[in-house]
Amino acid sequence: MRRTPLYEAYRDSPGVRMTEFGGWQMPLCFESGIIAEHLAVREGAGLFDVSHMGELWFEGAGSLELLDWLVTNDVRGMEVCQALYSPMCAEDGGTIDDLVVYRLDREKFLVVVNAARTAIDFAWMSRENPWIGSSGSPPRVSDRSEAIALLALQGPSAAGLLQPLVDVNLAALGRFRFAAGATVVGKRALVSRTGYTGEDGFELFVDRADARAVWEGLLRSEAGATPCGLGARDTLRIEARLPLYGQELSEEISPLEAGLKAFVKLDKPDFCGKQALARERERGSRRALRGFQMVDRGVARHGHRVSRAGRVIGEVTSGTKSPSLGAFIGLALLEAGSAGIGDEVTVSTAPEKRARIVPTPFYRRIGGER
Amino acid sequence: MSVPAELRYTKDHEWVRPDGPRALVGITDYAQSALGDIVFVEPPKVGADVSRGLEVTTVESVKAASPIYAPVSGKIVEANGALDATPELINQRPYEAFIFVVEMSEPKELDELLSPERYEQLIAPRQ
Repeated sequence: MRRTPLYEAYRDSPGVRMTEFGGWQMPLCFESGIIAEHLAVREGAGLFDVSHMGELWFEGAGSLELLDWLVTNDVRGMEVCQALYSPMCAEDGGTIDDLVVYRLDREKFLVVVNAARTAIDFAWMSRENPWIGSSGSPPRVSDRSEAIALLALQGPSAAGLLQPLVDVNLAALGRFRFAAGATVVGKRALVSRTGYTGEDGFELFVDRADARAVWEGLLRSEAGATPCGLGARDTLRIEARLPLYGQELSEEISPLEAGLKAFVKLDKPDFCGKQALARERERGSRRALRGFQMVDRGVARHGHRVSRAGRVIGEVTSGTKSPSLGAFIGLALLEAGSAGIGDEVTVSTAPEKRARIVPTPFYRRIGGER
Repeated sequence: MSVPAELRYTKDHEWVRPDGPRALVGITDYAQSALGDIVFVEPPKVGADVSRGLEVTTVESVKAASPIYAPVSGKIVEANGALDATPELINQRPYEAFIFVVEMSEPKELDELLSPERYEQLIAPRQ
């Protein structure tokens, strides 16, 4: 089992519970528990170790062209110091991964990918994709995941807490923008206004050797961030309806089915999977990701079947009790047109329970997205 | 981890409080701590006959569902209604927040449950 550079920093903290995630030993939660950590992020600031995420570098002539062909969102339209969320699809439109592209320079990009997909993505992006074969001198793609630690500081207090510890003006850093040559508690860092919680917040890329100093510096600071584990990360992202690869997305699920139409630019000249996705768009997706709220109390879990009027119409992809709403909520991939907002469905919990299709996201922060 | 001396225990981390012909059943401090925040308890079916070892209900934490077994045979005569609205009572006061009450059909089964000392050995960290 792999461990992040921060493992030593928290393995002995009281009440920490560890879990396995994608081959990594990660904190599930700390002493205060998942619900308290979740609420700390909604009301204050929480600090996550997400160093298990993969970091891939694209450098040299052709980087822009290759990356723009690999992902479904529009990389060409990006400015330097801008970050962009995108699915990455196979030719058949299935999702290989979802990722965030950081434009470091004209022909230099950092791509952050899911931990369990890093090796697959790297092989695909650097060698196995057909674009590379057709190009005379392809750009250099390297996997630097081992060398880099990633910390996420999330919540409405994140900016106020972080500002005294960084040498960049955070007020001038917009959402999905980053500062590359910054320092955090005196350590070299890339400071990005991104996250996976539905709140304002930052992600801090630092050298592996500096991870512990930054982690401890942020926990020690006056405002005091709450250390958070993957448990709260999951409940936070479900409320915000952010997909988790392996649940809402997979090689068998297209980004259109997962409701990510805004990140699939079918007007781009060409990209991997364009033909299949254009066809899907034209004919209509076979399935659609829907939010639901339990009518009967109970927790829906990944893999539970969803039925309507006695007929199975799909499966739960994620479910939890929402700490922000106090309601039992979930996401389900359902046959297109089988159930609309307000319709009642049945979830195959034991015993079966009723749920109602509701609009998503379940939670939207005050002020909304910028 | 607290392990009250007056209770009996199971390997599945349940406690049993005998009370005449009846027995209150809950989960231990160790169990609630391992599960983390408990968000739902499926109400056990009052009136159901259960035999020892049979799954009676489920306790749901944020991350996982855990089955609760009958530690002794008999009839479920009461479910703790307070857990419907406040399942977190199990986290807060695990030995007060019983989940159900069994009217025992085989009271001798109590002798086969674990003593507090045996249960403490079971949950002791391995050296």
